Amino acid sequence: MFATLFFFLPFLVVYTILVVYAERKISAFMQDRLGPMEVGYYGILQTIADLLKLLQKEDIIPTSASKKLFQLAPVLIFVPIFIGFSMLPLSPSWSAPSLSSALYFIFAIMAFDVIGIVIAGWASNNKYSMLGTVRSAAQIISYEIPLTLSVLCACVLTQTLELQEISFQQGTMVNMIQGQSNYLLGIKQLNIDVTLNGGFLTWNVFRMPVLIFAWIIFFIASLAESNRAPFDLPEAESELVAGFQTEYGGFRWAIIMLAEYAMMLLVSFIGVILFWGSWNTPFPNIGSIRLADWTTGSLDTWSVHAWGIFWLVSKTLFMVCLQIWVRWTYPRIRLDQLTSLSWKYLTPASLILIIICALWKLLL
Amino acid sequence: MSYGNLFLYLFMLSAFVSVAAMLFTRTIFFAALSLIVCLLSISGIFALLNAEFLAITQIVIYAGGVLVLILFGIMLTNKISGKPLLMEAHHSIPGMIISIVLFLLLVDAYQKTSFTATESIQLQSNHINHIGTNLMSTYVAPFEVAGLLLLVSLIGAALMASLTKKNNNA
Repeated sequence: MFATLFFFLPFLVVYTILVVYAERKISAFMQDRLGPMEVGYYGILQTIADLLKLLQKEDIIPTSASKKLFQLAPVLIFVPIFIGFSMLPLSPSWSAPSLSSALYFIFAIMAFDVIGIVIAGWASNNKYSMLGTVRSAAQIISYEIPLTLSVLCACVLTQTLELQEISFQQGTMVNMIQGQSNYLLGIKQLNIDVTLNGGFLTWNVFRMPVLIFAWIIFFIASLAESNRAPFDLPEAESELVAGFQTEYGGFRWAIIMLAEYAMMLLVSFIGVILFWGSWNTPFPNIGSIRLADWTTGSLDTWSVHAWGIFWLVSKTLFMVCLQIWVRWTYPRIRLDQLTSLSWKYLTPASLILIIICALWKLLL
Repeated sequence: MSYGNLFLYLFMLSAFVSVAAMLFTRTIFFAALSLIVCLLSISGIFALLNAEFLAITQIVIYAGGVLVLILFGIMLTNKISGKPLLMEAHHSIPGMIISIVLFLLLVDAYQKTSFTATESIQLQSNHINHIGTNLMSTYVAPFEVAGLLLLVSLIGAALMASLTKKNNNA
């Protein structure tokens, strides 16, 4: 509760303002343009200006829309995603409420997100909204399957659904807290104990290298889950005006956009926690050069918070940048390509990966 | 009265109100939405009674899965055909008989159940592990049968969908 209100809420607002700016700048650079340049130095205040404009706008509700649901829908889209943040650990000594099925809870909440979108589309009473909603629901439901299966691959290795425990397993503190050891690439036969070396050597993708494929599936499915290009069919502006949010304007539209960016952030957080070492430092201890210890801080001091949050947030923001990069690189895919990618390629691939992960865990 | 009890009664109240709303509203979309509220309240009750896994499963399967499919179906038929879907009362006498029989059955079951506190699994951090171990050992037969049933219905659904497509083309 404390972390959610006093860390994630302000962080989310600042992050959204910066990421919208970053997205414009990155897209501009990729298309050989300059992007926003007028407001503030190098256009840095552009998003704040846009936000002020959005706040001033009139709150328009279409006459034929069903009023209560139309007003409620943006909140229903944002709130489930925001609840998801309450389960994330921030640093070794700043953990979320201890819930043995935290990961399961986050996915339940993410599945609930689609109801808000359906209500928004239905209440708008508009054909474009309706088509966008139908696409969005079909997309989110079908991509939840490869997403969950790829997360299961990581769970096979961690054997827990509690995010703080998963984080501890991927660093030097695992021995101290849980009395476990990590071996190089997760192969005990090599007999190289890297528990005290830490760094990237004990991240989940290095403890079980098969997980890198699971992460690729997770990343693709999470793009679809947050309605980002190349999976932005629900709001395909060239065919559907703006999809399910066509009728929304002003502050309500801003909340829907905030939800989209928050979803990007949430799936990036989960990806980092499950696959890329959570709040652990990427630098290993090498002999007397204690890079991992220097960049972790000692428990029960402020340094451990600072380093933990620094690593977790910077890795997550890197993932968000990857999502932006993908958005401005690939063209939007067709609806039939979308479903065949999910059902014919990603789902079977993730099922095979689960079997490989289970065998890796059992045999090595 | 503790806060936990207060929330328990609030969830019960909202479950009751939403079910009543579901029965009496005419628009089928609103009925589906009240069903979601009802299912969420029930999952809140589960969560307050320390059955967090059951609560989350309730959200995943019913609120996030089944109800989304229902809404999806309503939207496809409702807005695209242009006619609003309204609920009408048909077969009132058979319906009344069935509901009275169902009510008596439930009352009977309620009276036969003893509500003394069962030996609950202690609140331990890994009770999800207990569920997993029990599903794969003590209750493995029902688990596998349910899995088989789901697989059969999945294949059946795929087959039915592909059959209609062929008929349309011919």
